[in-house]
Amino acid sequence: MSKIISIEQAIDLIPDGATVMINGFMAVKTPETLIDGLVERGVGNLTIISNDASVPGLGVGKLLTAGLIKKMVASHIGLNPETATRMHDGSLEVELIPQGTLAERIRCGGAGLGGVLTPTGLGTSVEEGKQKIVVDGQEYLLEEPLRAQVALIRGSVVDTMGNVYYRGTTKNFSLVMAMAADTVIVEAETLVEPGELDPDLVMTPCLFVDHIVVAEGAQ
Amino acid sequence: MSALNDKDTIAQRVAQEMKDGYIVNLGIGLPTLVSNFVPEGVEIILQAENGLLGMGTLCAPGEQDPDVINAGNQFVHYNKGACFFDSAMSFSMIRGGHVNMTVLGALQVDEEGNIASHMVPGKMVPGMGGAMDLVAGARRVIVAMLHTAKGGPKILKRCTLPLTAQGKVNLIVTEKAVIEVTPFGLLLKEIMPGSSLEDVVSSTEAELFLAEDLKQLAELQP
Repeated sequence: MSKIISIEQAIDLIPDGATVMINGFMAVKTPETLIDGLVERGVGNLTIISNDASVPGLGVGKLLTAGLIKKMVASHIGLNPETATRMHDGSLEVELIPQGTLAERIRCGGAGLGGVLTPTGLGTSVEEGKQKIVVDGQEYLLEEPLRAQVALIRGSVVDTMGNVYYRGTTKNFSLVMAMAADTVIVEAETLVEPGELDPDLVMTPCLFVDHIVVAEGAQ
Repeated sequence: MSALNDKDTIAQRVAQEMKDGYIVNLGIGLPTLVSNFVPEGVEIILQAENGLLGMGTLCAPGEQDPDVINAGNQFVHYNKGACFFDSAMSFSMIRGGHVNMTVLGALQVDEEGNIASHMVPGKMVPGMGGAMDLVAGARRVIVAMLHTAKGGPKILKRCTLPLTAQGKVNLIVTEKAVIEVTPFGLLLKEIMPGSSLEDVVSSTEAELFLAEDLKQLAELQP
């Protein structure tokens, strides 16, 4: 069964009000084709889990400008001034999570773990409402797993089975997000046949990937 | 030769803290200047928390690789021997104590080594990004910042802004002073060129203990 679907079919899989993970770090290599598809269809009331709010006009920033995001779960929103504006006028809810904790919570969500113990955030507002656990005399915060209905991910090279390689600093949250959603859609920058991607270079094994779309301008 | 400006003075002094082979994460802004002043014979490897160890200089226009940025969203070069990894690996390095030193700016620092660097409620709420993990996990935390903001002290008895981490700062370097955080309080170790003991004390709210070997540094050369 082929995993390759059209952008339209991919957007059909994302209902209004969905919780969606989107990979990318600032403006680098978010799944722009899928994001454009969401904007075109006007899929709204989304809860977006992403490292950051990108910059205006790129990545998650396009969803924000289109008014499609109800809640943003991220580590940093400072490079997109629109986030602050929408936070202040009450149209956007924001939950901020330390970057390393965000990565681990998503990893837990995909790895069948009930949470992670981290020292990050101790003695700060991050610890509010969280359980503290002492291990070997050291205090930690219990951070719970994070999952989403859909993960949208951009891969540098993807084979038709769904094995993915991410080049340079585009790996960021892709590896953990690809494990932590009910439906995982990968946008392929370059699509190749099975066997053409060296198994040693596979960073997301194909079993995590449900569907593949071809990125605009892809080879 | 003209004297260095305040930010370069701070960066040059912080660079003296580097040891050969150190893995260092430099925050956005002033801390990034530190890499310009690393002493001869000392090689450090820069870590960028978005997934790069062995970060090089910023790219000039036309040199950009669209897949390679630093944590401040700038296109950068990567050095020979560099490696890329994902965020979970990156923060395993950071929280796991595998990064020797992090240098970051701050809005406030206090007598207990608490730091507030990531928000001003109601005014500036950009999010903590990787700062909380870096300060919690790096083996040595250096705050590199201007001594005062709009004439008001930033080195306080107690931070008034929301904390980024509790009791994690090791050293504070400003254009006026080098101050070590000890279990007993803040130890004034060096007075920077162009400043004086009176100047440092009057622009610091926190109580300062004077190091036995307190030094007045001579003018640094660019």
